[in-house]
Amino acid sequence: MSWPFAIIAVLTLTSAVAAMSLRNLVHCALALTVTFAGLAAFYLQLDAQFVGFAQILVYIGAVAILIVFAILLTQRGEPPRPSIYSATWVVGVSIAVAVFGVLGGLVLSSQAVTREVRPPPDISVREIGEQLMTRFILPLEVIGLLLTAALIGAVIIAMHERRPK
Amino acid sequence: MDWIVQWLWLIPVLPLVAAALGAVVKQRQRRLAAFLAISSMALALTLSCVAFVNALQHSGQGSVVRQTVDFFWFQFGDTQMSDTALRLGWVLDPLAAVMLVMVSLVGLLIFIYSLGYMAHDENFARFFCFLSLFASAMLGLVIANSLLLLFICWEIVGLTSYLLIGFWYHKPSAAAAAKKAFITTRLGDLALLLGIVWLYSQTGTLLFYDGGHGCLEQSALAKLVAQTTGLGMGVSTGIGLLIFCGAIGKSGQVPLHVWLPDAMEGPTPVSALIHAATMVAAGVFLVARVYPLMAAHPVGGAAVPGALQVVTWVGVITAVFAASIAVAQTDIKRILAYSTVSQLGFMMLGLGTGGVAVGMFHLITHAFFKALLFLGAGSVIHGCRDEQDIRRMGGLRKLMPLTFATYAVGMLALSGFPLIFSGFWSKDEILHAAHGWSTPAPFYLGCCGALLTAFYMTRQVCYVFLGESKAGVSPAAEARAAHAPQISLSVGALPPDGGQAGCLPHSPHESPPVMIIPLFVLAAFSMLLSFIGTPAWPWFQGFLSGGSTTGGLGKLLDPQVLGLMVLSSVVVFSGLGLGWWLYGRPSMRNADQPDALERFQPDIFALLKRKYYVDEIYEGSVIRFNTWGARVCDWLDFWVWNGVVQLLSLLVVGCAWLNRSFDEYVVNPGFDEGCRRLTKGGALMSRFQSGRVQTYLRIVGVALTVLVLFLIWGCTAS
Amino acid sequence: MTPLHCYLLLSALLFAIGLAGALTRRNAIIVLIGIELMLNAANLNFIAFWRYGPNPQALTGVMFVIFSIGVAAAEAAVGLALIISIYRHCRTTNLDEVDSMKG
Repeated sequence: MSWPFAIIAVLTLTSAVAAMSLRNLVHCALALTVTFAGLAAFYLQLDAQFVGFAQILVYIGAVAILIVFAILLTQRGEPPRPSIYSATWVVGVSIAVAVFGVLGGLVLSSQAVTREVRPPPDISVREIGEQLMTRFILPLEVIGLLLTAALIGAVIIAMHERRPK
Repeated sequence: MDWIVQWLWLIPVLPLVAAALGAVVKQRQRRLAAFLAISSMALALTLSCVAFVNALQHSGQGSVVRQTVDFFWFQFGDTQMSDTALRLGWVLDPLAAVMLVMVSLVGLLIFIYSLGYMAHDENFARFFCFLSLFASAMLGLVIANSLLLLFICWEIVGLTSYLLIGFWYHKPSAAAAAKKAFITTRLGDLALLLGIVWLYSQTGTLLFYDGGHGCLEQSALAKLVAQTTGLGMGVSTGIGLLIFCGAIGKSGQVPLHVWLPDAMEGPTPVSALIHAATMVAAGVFLVARVYPLMAAHPVGGAAVPGALQVVTWVGVITAVFAASIAVAQTDIKRILAYSTVSQLGFMMLGLGTGGVAVGMFHLITHAFFKALLFLGAGSVIHGCRDEQDIRRMGGLRKLMPLTFATYAVGMLALSGFPLIFSGFWSKDEILHAAHGWSTPAPFYLGCCGALLTAFYMTRQVCYVFLGESKAGVSPAAEARAAHAPQISLSVGALPPDGGQAGCLPHSPHESPPVMIIPLFVLAAFSMLLSFIGTPAWPWFQGFLSGGSTTGGLGKLLDPQVLGLMVLSSVVVFSGLGLGWWLYGRPSMRNADQPDALERFQPDIFALLKRKYYVDEIYEGSVIRFNTWGARVCDWLDFWVWNGVVQLLSLLVVGCAWLNRSFDEYVVNPGFDEGCRRLTKGGALMSRFQSGRVQTYLRIVGVALTVLVLFLIWGCTAS
Repeated sequence: MTPLHCYLLLSALLFAIGLAGALTRRNAIIVLIGIELMLNAANLNFIAFWRYGPNPQALTGVMFVIFSIGVAAAEAAVGLALIISIYRHCRTTNLDEVDSMKG
């Protein structure tokens, strides 16, 4: 546990909490962006540089923007409601606490986790590319298909309904 | 094996085939029906003659030659044991041969007679069918080698007797008479069946002659004689008595004679054939057949076997009893019926005292002249337009001469007129045998019977044929005369007369040739048969016993024989004379006057006329008991068995009602209630579906937690 | 407390936060944001295990996360399109009011 880790961790967690609890939706989206950035920093720290940059590109550059667009498209200028939380928010929070408790307990009691520290791996984008093209060629193609389908599907779903003539 | 013996079975089967075909012939095809019956009977007669000739050829060799053919009927029990196989068969011996010829000849003549007698009847074809069936059964009975086959034919003969007595079944008296005949003979048949069963259980076979193993042959008889029953008599005697009971029923001996006079309700040819010549003779024939059994006695025992003693006494009592009743009867056929009963008693007397030949000779001669008498009576009845009361007849001697002539021959033969009539010789043989018996009483009673026979026959002939015609004199006849035009029209197709034009409605006329010719043939035989049984030439006796027939006129002059002949002639003449004196003289007869005897001794006459009240005694005792028993059974049937069935059905209905109520009030509502609960439960459950995504998500979260905890717990536990 | 422990606890915490938000907020888009957070927490978990796992040279973790990011992007697109469609239909993004499947 080093200082950079701690700072980034606090940042990420704070922005995550903010993303979940702020009243203004756009503030939530922006907090989410900060969270993504913090996660990207973590990836970089974990010597997964490609993933970190991919995170920035995709999540911050596309998903967050998309969320902002969606927020803007679905706003009607409604007056802020008294409560943004559903009536039974305690149940939800307690479930989340329970899940965290289970996971944390698992992590802390697991024996597989105690392992010696290894030297950081040295991987290049070239190797990633090679792996993509040889071992993971099928998932690659499939994900291309998936993205195409998602694209088309999203367009169709969000299209304006044609008025019957 | 001679071919006729192999084919002997054809003799009864031919009339059976005629009967079967006649049963499917239409009622209006009269010629066909008559042709079938008469042709089959003629063929049977031919074959019988051939068989007779064959038996003749084998006779005279010292002992009786019997040729038998057996066949296997069915097997019961283990196939290894041959004595559980039931075998039937036929036999050709002298006894069977003479019976075959007699039955087929008399039968054929009566069939021909029936052509004319039944010509007006609308059930002509049915009549000939039944007659053929009877002839078949009788012929089968005669040649049977097995007691069982004989019994089967016995029963069929009884059945046809029932059918023919009740031929005019719409007449209540005829139907009642048929029933009476059947039931009375049934009692005898029951005893006969018991005897058969007992015999089978003792000897293991029912075949008469089986190459030494038959039940009438030496080995079986010795076994039967040696054993005694609990009552002290020998087994052979016991069986013989039981078999004799069957003969009592069928041959109308006292006490089972009551059906024979009532059987006169049937058409006259039936009376002639069945109740005079053949069926009633079956009882006598049966006793003759099983004679070795009845005559078997242990060495050193009584001189005369018990069974034969009983036969003799029953016979002689019947002879006198029936003859006395006949004296007081007024129906022409009833007189002849009682005469038959009496003569059958004589035959039994002959069998008991003298043996097979004596009894059978009288049977053969009696068949011919009794059939003749009955057919003659039928001719009289036919001519007098169905009048049967002898007091309403008279003077037929001039109006129906041919009938009178043949009837007179028959009457003299029956009475036993000496020398030229067969009845004299046959009755003489019987009296001769009775004379030589252990006790003298049967002989004297037999003489009384002969006297009475001559007396009542003379009475009958005087009433019917002599004197003035009383037809149309009585009020009843006058009433008939008033209806005469209708009668003559309905009787329509009058048989063609032999010249005597019966145009007057109530004037008796002679019968057509088809009815007269059989009368003449029978009359001829009544006289000719006398020559085969005289002491001078005892051919018949020799034929039946297998011995040689030596004779010679010298035998006639033997003092014992001659004395007996003179005695019986005296008896006959006194009977004839008494009858003539009382009834034959013109001054004594008047239309509505009471009978001469009646005036003389009214009480005895009334007793005789009422047949000793035997029928009334039976009515009061047996019939009443039977009716009571029937009523008890009816009550049982209605209240007990029916009650049980009703109860069961009520039970079932109750169960059904219970079932239904259960279904309607328990199952249905229960089911409905259950369904309703299910619906409510489903409605309740559906409220869990809030439709909100977050709810589902929460549940997923909870489920995840729970499952993981289970996994951990499971892993750590194991 | 190895670094791996820390990363794993961190990812678990992020997951729980994302889950809490998805379960309690009314707005559909916030729910989607929560889901994205959960996905990212899982990705972090993968990378942590890859880094401190037995065989980092095999690049399995990295590959998985690359694909996961791709799928997440597609899923976000479709999900948001759905929300827009629902908004057009029901005139609201309030999840409490979208309960036409209520039994």
